[in-house]
Amino acid sequence: MLRFLSRRVLIALPTIVLISIFVFALQKLLPGDPLLVMAGEERDPAVLEALREKYRLNDPIPVQYFAWIGNALQGDLGVSLRTGQPVTELMAEKLPVTIQLAVMSMIFALVIGIPAGILSAYKKGTVTDYVANVIALSGLSIPNFWLGIMLILLVSVKWQLLPASGYVPLSEDFWQSIRTMLMPSFVLGTALAATLMRHTRSSMLGVLSADYVRTARAKGLSERVVVLKHGLRNALTPIVTLTALLFGELVAGAVLTEQIFTIPGFGKLVVDAVFNRDYAVVQGIVLVTAVGFIFMNLVADALYFVLNPRLREQ
Amino acid sequence: MTYIKTAMVTALMGATALTAAAPAFAKDLRIALQSDADVLDPDQSRTFVGRIVYASLCDKLVDITPDLEIIPQLATGWETSEDGTEITMTLREGVVFHDGTPFNAEAVAANIERSQTLDESRRKSELSSITGTEVTGEYEIKLMLAGPDATLMAQLADRAGMMVSPTAAAAAGADFGLNPVCSGPFSFTERVAQDKIVLTKFDDYWNADAINFDSVTFLPIPDTTVRLANLQSGDIDMLERLAATDLAQAEADENIVVDRAVSLGYQGITFNINNGERGDNPWGNDKRLRQALSYAIDREALNQVVFEGAFAAGNQPFPSTSPWYNASLPVEGQDIEKAKALLAEAGFPDGIDLEVQVPNSTVPLAVMQVVQAMAGQAGINISLTSKEFATLLSDQSAGDYQASQIGWSGRIDPDGNNHQFATTDGGINDSKYSNPKMDELLNAARVGSTTEERKALYDEAIAIMLEDLNRLFLYHVTWIWAYNDSIKGFTPYPDGMIRLEGVTWEE
Repeated sequence: MLRFLSRRVLIALPTIVLISIFVFALQKLLPGDPLLVMAGEERDPAVLEALREKYRLNDPIPVQYFAWIGNALQGDLGVSLRTGQPVTELMAEKLPVTIQLAVMSMIFALVIGIPAGILSAYKKGTVTDYVANVIALSGLSIPNFWLGIMLILLVSVKWQLLPASGYVPLSEDFWQSIRTMLMPSFVLGTALAATLMRHTRSSMLGVLSADYVRTARAKGLSERVVVLKHGLRNALTPIVTLTALLFGELVAGAVLTEQIFTIPGFGKLVVDAVFNRDYAVVQGIVLVTAVGFIFMNLVADALYFVLNPRLREQ
Repeated sequence: MTYIKTAMVTALMGATALTAAAPAFAKDLRIALQSDADVLDPDQSRTFVGRIVYASLCDKLVDITPDLEIIPQLATGWETSEDGTEITMTLREGVVFHDGTPFNAEAVAANIERSQTLDESRRKSELSSITGTEVTGEYEIKLMLAGPDATLMAQLADRAGMMVSPTAAAAAGADFGLNPVCSGPFSFTERVAQDKIVLTKFDDYWNADAINFDSVTFLPIPDTTVRLANLQSGDIDMLERLAATDLAQAEADENIVVDRAVSLGYQGITFNINNGERGDNPWGNDKRLRQALSYAIDREALNQVVFEGAFAAGNQPFPSTSPWYNASLPVEGQDIEKAKALLAEAGFPDGIDLEVQVPNSTVPLAVMQVVQAMAGQAGINISLTSKEFATLLSDQSAGDYQASQIGWSGRIDPDGNNHQFATTDGGINDSKYSNPKMDELLNAARVGSTTEERKALYDEAIAIMLEDLNRLFLYHVTWIWAYNDSIKGFTPYPDGMIRLEGVTWEE
């Protein structure tokens, strides 16, 4: 297993280097001058030129890249052109927020998606199956921004149950923090739950018709043990891969959700940074997100060994 | 020319003493902003919302009234020498910065020097007429000017006149914005980018009795529907820039008060007259075409359709509510016949195409679609190229456009809405428009000594602007604030700022 994992880590390294080059180059291809955007209504050519020098925007692009990656390797991702804050500090502020959103959304997704998938596979062709499918399809097809705004209008404005938007750190007020994150993570979670439910269902359907399940039933095992132990455990491997991949989707979904609920996380940071051509911030976030995504997939790979004893012997 | 307004200060203090007697609750005021502020250093910052934060954080040498008159804030009086090259200011005594540094003439001198010399300073051009300062007393300072500058006091009523603690500024340098130290009614406590900016009441504020909130929190909430939802659910107490389309919903809510003020700026269409190769086209070469488009537009209808009548139709660089508006040239209705006649005269009796670039957000697109429909009636076939704002700005600056839908947030002094756009060497003259008469008028208005003299010059300049139309004006934004009805004593200002002096919270 160690050999397998270390090989995966080695493959991950060039991927990260490629991503960093890609992001850097793509950004420079974007039309629009960051300093002109920054300048807004005050465009003093002399000041703009001084700032271009300061942020090395006049250097050739490869030179800019090596300067950036050199600093990045030492943990310095530069400063935001817009607010002057160090990028690492900005991300340290935002990372816990997005992690909290991701984890809570994933909990919603797993708690709704997997049981619904099992249930609809087990009760295939019944009303339960159809209802679960309709709900899952709605979850997939209702746009996040619509669901988000409807929830705000209903739950916050009309019933006044939860805060409409914003964010409170966990360390400041645990319950208030959970309360502010409930609606956004629900919105984000339901979309993922739908995907999870559909995959769990098809994976379970395959497993439930397998010979060993019939054998288990023939042995007289209870339905619970047959479905959850023999069935689910075997059906889970593809679901684990999917869950890891869904974390990527989660980050993408967070971009929209964070906008609607005004959550100061990664998604909001990156959108604002792209529009302001705040290069250092975009690069920093993409790099860190890519590393995070690769890490999640490594975790998924490691989980196979836990779930599937056959792999351990290889 | 003397502007000492001690009487006014006394009146102001009296008024604040009265409001202080009203029941004041210890409360954190939560204000939603349309976007996040940029760096919180008055010398470096650029955003409109940043200025809203400064209104609570940083006092200025002078302030304005809702009618745009200059009134004392940290400077209690000022006197301009006969030849207009020296301004002597008397400063308020007993003022301290949030870090305890005393405010005095030395501090003002240090601030002006910082604005003029800091590499990252955006205030250089605003203070370019000041050649030096001389401290003539603990609370008296003399500003030496290169020549008469009628716009200077208005600059000092904005970021260029904001006083930061010289001690903190010297220690932090260009990083001052991470922990700003000023002398306003609230001091900086904390900022989480894109989440909140928290300010706490400054007990040693010179006018502390007029401040009735323990703290104020600014929350950037970009989505206008969500901003209003937060107000309705009680999560925030006040919001700025309510969308005109949400006005009916806000007004129908009995717990919400809506206030408004027509802004100082404008929105319109800027033409490429002579900016690179693309300026050489019929629209850039023949003002009759631009006039034809202007006649084809029904500005009042535009305001009704896109803004439900909440904004102000406009044809000049300032709204009709401004004291600088040229009243002899009011907004005219649509005149399709005249537009067609002008097109024919210019050699396009069968109509002509025009490409307008427009920011890719809802409001500018809606505005231009209405204009497109109106222009179509006269035979002007407008095609819209929607661009993301950064791209639009950079194309406009580089001259890669035919016409561009863009606006200006507006300045207190009329010079700010005109000089840099309409003079030959103007810094933001993206049209590369040049008319010697216009240069002469706008340069003269800059140094004019009396308001009457300046008004006459602007009246003449505006008549030429409406003839040449390098900028075609369409409408003026109305700032709309919505707030909880427990907030009393809020005054709307045309600069869109939120001034909390005298504002109270009464359940």
